[in-house]
Amino acid sequence: MAKRLLVRGNEAICRGAIEAGCRYYFGYPITPQNDIPEYMSREMPNVNGVFIQAESEIASVNMVMGAAATGARAMTSSSSPGISLKMEAISYMAGMELPCLIVNISRSGPGLGGIDASQGDYFQAVKGGGHGGYHILVLAPASIQEMYDLTMLAFDLAEIYRIPAMILGDAVVGQMKEPLVPHPRPDRELPAKDWALRGKSGGEQRYIKSLYLGDGELEAHNWKLYAKYQEMKAKESRWEDFLTSDADLIVTGFGSAARIAKTAVMMAREEGLKVGLLRPITLFPFPSAAFAERTLRCKKILDVELNTGQMVEDVRLSVARDAEVHFYGRPSGTGSLPTPEEILGQIKKYY
Amino acid sequence: MPRIEIDELRCKGCALCTIACPKKLIAMSEQINNLGYRPAVFEGTEVQCTGCALCAEMCPDVAIKVFKEQ
Amino acid sequence: MHQVFKRPVSLKDVQTHFCPGCHHGTIHRLVAEALDEFGLQQETIGIASIGCSVFLYYYFDIDVIETPHGRAPAVATGVKRARPDRFVFTYQGDGDLAAIGTAEIIHAANRGEHISVVFVNNTTYGMTGGQMAPTTLLGQRTSTSPTGRKPEVEGFPIRMAELLSGLDGVAFSARAAVNTPKNLMDAKKQIKKAFRYQGEGKGFSFVEVLAACPTNWGMNAIEANERVGREMCEYFKLGTFKNTAGL
Ligand SMILES: Cc1ncc(C[n+]2csc(CCOP(=O)(O)OP(=O)(O)O)c2C)c(N)n1
Ligand code: SF4
Ligand code: SF4
Ligand code: SF4
Repeated sequence: MAKRLLVRGNEAICRGAIEAGCRYYFGYPITPQNDIPEYMSREMPNVNGVFIQAESEIASVNMVMGAAATGARAMTSSSSPGISLKMEAISYMAGMELPCLIVNISRSGPGLGGIDASQGDYFQAVKGGGHGGYHILVLAPASIQEMYDLTMLAFDLAEIYRIPAMILGDAVVGQMKEPLVPHPRPDRELPAKDWALRGKSGGEQRYIKSLYLGDGELEAHNWKLYAKYQEMKAKESRWEDFLTSDADLIVTGFGSAARIAKTAVMMAREEGLKVGLLRPITLFPFPSAAFAERTLRCKKILDVELNTGQMVEDVRLSVARDAEVHFYGRPSGTGSLPTPEEILGQIKKYY
Repeated sequence: MPRIEIDELRCKGCALCTIACPKKLIAMSEQINNLGYRPAVFEGTEVQCTGCALCAEMCPDVAIKVFKEQ
Repeated sequence: MHQVFKRPVSLKDVQTHFCPGCHHGTIHRLVAEALDEFGLQQETIGIASIGCSVFLYYYFDIDVIETPHGRAPAVATGVKRARPDRFVFTYQGDGDLAAIGTAEIIHAANRGEHISVVFVNNTTYGMTGGQMAPTTLLGQRTSTSPTGRKPEVEGFPIRMAELLSGLDGVAFSARAAVNTPKNLMDAKKQIKKAFRYQGEGKGFSFVEVLAACPTNWGMNAIEANERVGREMCEYFKLGTFKNTAGL
């Protein structure tokens, strides 16, 4: 039997990243993700990797840009305010089509907000939080195993699509401990990095940029990026279906909110209510088709989020025309995490 | 004999080469080149030019080539 | 006949967008000559910044990454840490390096990153139209200090070469100019020295080069060139401020 470890989510991310071949970590301390840089500062030297605690989130994400430009697997992690600071560079890397990983163990806001679990960064993550109209791959793990698996997947998809990837978690999935079964990175064919900077080395000059001033150049570049996003939507949308096939009401939510919702769904089933859970795993690309298809039959959706309503907009855009979408949100702060009983109450209200 | 070649098409008419030449062998043309500038022209003779290349060193547009006997 | 002065191979044979008399062109050539001389063209990764020198990749025949405004030293850190066997230099203006990117340059220097920095100080923001820079001289009029820079309002011009030389992580720091043939020859030597520092694994090296921006100074090329000697060299002294390996 495979070895099982009992680790926190943040550690699972680190283990997944190192297993995926990431040898460059650049970060800056912020709660609730400090165990990521701490782990990396300990472990990177053991795998001949590089750890730098940079002078800021801005510097750390730009270091990622540099390492990624050479074709190396590089990552940074932070929490909401720090992610805001990284946004300029993320926009650049989206424009440059540089693969890399950014982890957001998000906290509540706006502003300094608090350190509790929150999903207030959904818009920032999936709508191109920086300037210029772009998307990045966004994955939302809901378990420790997923923190590990999706980190590995993020690196692969980032390279396949030449796009920055983000893991969007929070203090719940970051800090809780659960069993993790580590495993080698699944074999996946990856494209050659014929764009990576290496010094000409007798070949053609290579350069990486995001400035396009020629007539029509930038428009063409944007359409190219758009086509890539469309392809990702078609091929890479991922979600979890839990008891949705016969459901009369489908609860949805991502990450930590989906964990609580799942418990509520099981409680509802015990009471004989036909309730299921549809949990987006990729937030970008959003699994729109899954919602469209499920709501051909099931006309009631209850979306639960730790904010005042963000993913619900994408849910509404995705469901069948005659489906009802209800929302239950708790913009978090200390003592604001909803209980399964609370969500069960909402299920009964709309069932 | 040393000699210089000024690439008229690259010259932006800044005149920095004129102040660099210790022999004052470069002047600015009255003609306008295709960039819209009055380019530098060599006005000396091959006897006067020492091939010191100071004009070329000072040129921000690398518009001057300098030749000398071996 | 033998050609005694020619374009370095690391510098592409193309027209630049620089204004007439702009020293960026001269400094580009000196950097390319140093790359040629040390045989670095094939192993160099250049780090472009944002300013009039953003098109490094159009002018240098080397691999280049264009970086967000001020962040070149952080990007260079990532490149160099991932490829320690490559030669890595940044090329940055004074708005880029001494204003928005102050944190990045100080910390890259303080970490002693094995990179070289070419810092072009033209006392203004060239690309955006001549606004005040941290290096703008006292009394100098710019589009955002229309009555001249006043120390009580805008503080003092910042001397980066001296400031960085105070950091233990810095191995080499110097200031040069390209306004006269003599200064230019010295600038060439200082750039080469800075590159040798990296080539020989001796640590972080920094060369500030004083430069003319005729366009935004409202001067012709000759007047602007003269101003470098008359005003800038007075305040920003040329010389070597740190040379730990005595190269
Ligand atoms: C985040 C950000 N802020 C502002 C700008 C606008 N900007 C472009 S270049 C520049 C200043 C350039 O001045 P300098 O670094 O001195 O270089 P120069 O053009 O003089 O060579 C500014 C402010 C930008 N590109 N990005
Ligand atoms: S090579 Fe020397 S002498 Fe000849 S034109 Fe140029 S500066 Fe003058
Ligand atoms: S220095 Fe160069 S660009 Fe300027 S006038 Fe002379 S040849 Fe022309
Ligand atoms: S604006 Fe100034 S710095 Fe920019 S190219 Fe023109 S002269 Fe050079």
